[in-house]
Amino acid sequence: MARLLLIILGCALVTYVPRFFPIYILTRIKIPKAVAVWLRYVPAAVLAALIAPGITTAEGRFYLSLSNSYLLASIPVFFVAWRTRNMLLSVCTGMAAVLVLQLV
Amino acid sequence: MKAEEVMIIPQDFAAGSKKALPIVLGYLPIGFAYGSLAALAGISLPCIVLMSLLVFAGSAQFITVSMLAAGAGAVSVLITVFLVNLRHLLLSASLAPYLQRLPRRVLPLLAFWLTDESYAVAYGELREGERSHLFLLGLFGTAYAGWAVSGVLGGLFGSLFNSTTAAFAMEYALYAMFIFLLVIQAGDRKLLCAALLAGLLSLLFYFLLPGSWYIILATVVTATVGVLVEKWQGSF
Repeated sequence: MARLLLIILGCALVTYVPRFFPIYILTRIKIPKAVAVWLRYVPAAVLAALIAPGITTAEGRFYLSLSNSYLLASIPVFFVAWRTRNMLLSVCTGMAAVLVLQLV
Repeated sequence: MKAEEVMIIPQDFAAGSKKALPIVLGYLPIGFAYGSLAALAGISLPCIVLMSLLVFAGSAQFITVSMLAAGAGAVSVLITVFLVNLRHLLLSASLAPYLQRLPRRVLPLLAFWLTDESYAVAYGELREGERSHLFLLGLFGTAYAGWAVSGVLGGLFGSLFNSTTAAFAMEYALYAMFIFLLVIQAGDRKLLCAALLAGLLSLLFYFLLPGSWYIILATVVTATVGVLVEKWQGSF
């Protein structure tokens, strides 16, 4: 029990440091232009890096198939996001699409 | 305090809180799965909740539970959790320029609440225009509450409830949200190219490298290529 508590506290600490350190430093200094340009690419790159393996793989392998419901559902999500710019609608479209694809 | 200000404060918080709804929707099945796995591994409910409240990182909590269940040592758990969460460095750095005008006392809390999901939503909001610290606290805090509650539910009812179809559909909520945010953010050709490059690189690294290094590496390489191309074009 005491060991588990120490592990939880340790996990909390090693998780917090990388979350806080850049915010602490970069809100204090004037960010150089090259760094600012670099940081502008981070959001699109992180999102694409999270999405690509998430929807095209399963259990560590490529899963490019009509039975991959995550991949197929991404098509209507893309169009709804693009046309409506409404997050909740996009998310609900995606969940409904996966549900329907699972049931057929 | 004027009556006007009293009105604005909860409104901002509530507006931020509302934007967290899709995040909470996506967290529910994942937090539930975490709670049930942890209970199955023999971790007590107070410890399940404590981990969600103190660590607040989905993949790291899953890894901790499965490593502990497999009898791993404390040091190897900590090193793994550190490496898995190292990507937060990038998210934190990328959000920092937008947080310079906020009161400094809220920064430690906002940093603690930083996740892939809350980051992505917050970045989209901050890019659209100024958002108050109350808005961000509402957004991040609601996501945090959703995560904690779903872990408790998993710990309590995980053994009773078992609908893989529903869980599968709900887990997709996070990907749908990421796709939405990417569509909104990749507004110009440079960012669109960057997203394509990052997607291809992440797949390459996903198959070549162990763990979750693919996210960090694909992002770092893509952003660096972007800077070099802009430098070469003489944009700055």
